[in-house]
Amino acid sequence: MYRTHIKASRAWWRIDWAEIWEYRDLLVLLVQRDLTAIYKQTILGPLWFILQPLLTTVVFTLIFGKVAGISTEGVPQFVFYMSGTVLWNYFQGVLNHGAGSLASNTGVLSKVYFPRLVIPLSGVFTNFAQLALNTFIFLGFYLYFLLFTASGMHPNMGLFLVPLLIVECALMGLGFGLWISALTIRYRDLRFALPFLTQLWMYATPIVYPASLVVNPHWKYLLWLNPMTAVIEFARYAFTGKGSADVNGLSLSWFVTTVVLTSGLFLFNKVQRTFVDTI
Amino acid sequence: MTEPAISIRALGKCYRLGSINRHTLVEEVEHLWHRLRGRDPLQHMGGIGHSATEARRVEAEQRGTEQFWALRNVSFDIQPGEVVGIIGRNGAGKSTVLKILSRITEPTEGEAIINGRIGSLLEVGTGFHPELTGRENVFMNGTILGLKRAEVAARFDEIVDFADLGQFIDTPVKRYSSGMYVRLAFAVAAHLETEIMMIDEVLAVGDVAFQKRCLGKMKEVAGAGRTVLFVSHSMSTIMNLCTRAILIDQGAVSLDATPATVIGKYLDRNLVEGAVVNEVEIAARVEGGVSRGGSPYVRLTEIRLQDTQGVTKNRFDSTEPFVVVVTFTCHQRVNDLRIIVGITDESGIPFYGSQSTDDQSNAEAFYTVEPGRYSAACVIPANVFSDRQYFLNVIALYPRKEDQRLTKILKFAVDFKGYNPSIQYGCNDWGWFIWPKLEWKLGPVG
Repeated sequence: MYRTHIKASRAWWRIDWAEIWEYRDLLVLLVQRDLTAIYKQTILGPLWFILQPLLTTVVFTLIFGKVAGISTEGVPQFVFYMSGTVLWNYFQGVLNHGAGSLASNTGVLSKVYFPRLVIPLSGVFTNFAQLALNTFIFLGFYLYFLLFTASGMHPNMGLFLVPLLIVECALMGLGFGLWISALTIRYRDLRFALPFLTQLWMYATPIVYPASLVVNPHWKYLLWLNPMTAVIEFARYAFTGKGSADVNGLSLSWFVTTVVLTSGLFLFNKVQRTFVDTI
Repeated sequence: MTEPAISIRALGKCYRLGSINRHTLVEEVEHLWHRLRGRDPLQHMGGIGHSATEARRVEAEQRGTEQFWALRNVSFDIQPGEVVGIIGRNGAGKSTVLKILSRITEPTEGEAIINGRIGSLLEVGTGFHPELTGRENVFMNGTILGLKRAEVAARFDEIVDFADLGQFIDTPVKRYSSGMYVRLAFAVAAHLETEIMMIDEVLAVGDVAFQKRCLGKMKEVAGAGRTVLFVSHSMSTIMNLCTRAILIDQGAVSLDATPATVIGKYLDRNLVEGAVVNEVEIAARVEGGVSRGGSPYVRLTEIRLQDTQGVTKNRFDSTEPFVVVVTFTCHQRVNDLRIIVGITDESGIPFYGSQSTDDQSNAEAFYTVEPGRYSAACVIPANVFSDRQYFLNVIALYPRKEDQRLTKILKFAVDFKGYNPSIQYGCNDWGWFIWPKLEWKLGPVG
């Protein structure tokens, strides 16, 4: 027998995980929906999943590699940019999905109840499907450069940690997404600022340049405070042997991720309870 | 099981005024600045907006209060198997109760315990995604409402049958007509089979045949021993379906008894004194309509009773004709608008009615009504009524789109004057509703 207790002041830190588990079928369907609905009525359809990171990589290679001539520490430019882009896209995808989870679903949310956390969570999995696809493409290029060219890349034991990096991307994207989604309810400005902010953030992350390029100690400190820096650098190191496998950086990054995610969960949980009243 | 299905204790919901509409950072800063200087121009611009409680909120704001209680100190128990109707004027807080019970928003104070799974038919179909097919949306909607995929699959055929969609089930719902859309949405919600059902005004949609089917389904739901909480403006539906009714007034429970008692009290209490119903009163009383914020097509602005000289009054001689004037604003072009005027006795039994299309000489005017303000006058002929009190119903019908009903909105009295001055009349002793002047003939047989 189901029993629901509705009370005025539930503690802000109480998150009903069992309930979210109850709604796992909804989670699955939301992921399915997002994957099938997103490119409906487009000519290329799901091909866009692959094209997006590929085109970004081509553009980066042309502009930052060929024109600007920024160093990639000897790593083939295509592999260098693509490794960063694929991970960054996953992070950004989860973040964007989470950020819009309340504001862009007000229609449903003001009519039916289901654990609202399901929406940002679904973003983690929807984007994971894209990530998986992109990783395959990346591995194709990577293996080509590794086996058929004198690329100077040295894959190493760090590869075993890559799944952990992907998990961190997801948690970080989710954490920031939850924060933004909660804040957007109060400050609509964020909706317009977000694309700009994420783009800035991308350039503040060593995606089109190696972290070693930043030498000024103040800037360097800032760069490593960005939790995505360690993730990208470590992933690159694992695949190519170039980049920095900085354990301190990675620990700091995990610390930031944990703090942002936990606080994001609580904030989101608090806001979602009555946000319907203010829209 | 003796435990109540729903137990509500001292439930309250408060909206803070003024702090609602500051959505941008600039506004927030402005607000802080003005607070520092001791005044805040935004204080009076906050808005719940989408809700019918708006009028009461504005009122609260004009009184200068910072807070607005949409609901306060509401307590009641509902036993398993009870079918309870919640009635009240628009904005009294009925929807807020359902919103809290369905967990869309949290109460400010008090608590509610719900034993059993709760399903709701609150404005159905909102979870639909236009790009997905009917089939995909059925599963989506079912799981949004708390079902497992397997549970939806088990009921799938039944749902599609009920919605009567046939092969369109694999078409994206954006290609559906609004009727198909609503049918599918209702079908999903109606087949949830949760222990507790909440229903809020779904009958305002779909064609007549489908509405009948919905009503049948609701009866079935209500009769199957499930607990049903039913918010409706339709007094006859509540009378037919419910075993108990709760009247909510100004955010509090004001009466909790049998439907007949509660509806009677509600209608009596809300009877407009005098011969004119103004816009505010109409907005609070109107039943049905497409959206809660008021109809997008036609809004009734005034109902007035007058004699043929144009003198407003609510007491007539049986020998004089009188006029029901319905003033309304048309917001967009409406085809085939119908105004219906009906007269009932105090128990609400309708026995006299007329529709604007009945008068062929003027039917064309109602056929296409362009945006603007209009007044429709219906002349009730002399020599019809008996010696008693009558009650007026007005319906604005926009076929297949909406119908707005005003039930027992006005009371008027008729003094029976008799048709034959040389005879003592006793019609009132018999209690006839009407006593029209008819032709009599007497002749020998054969």
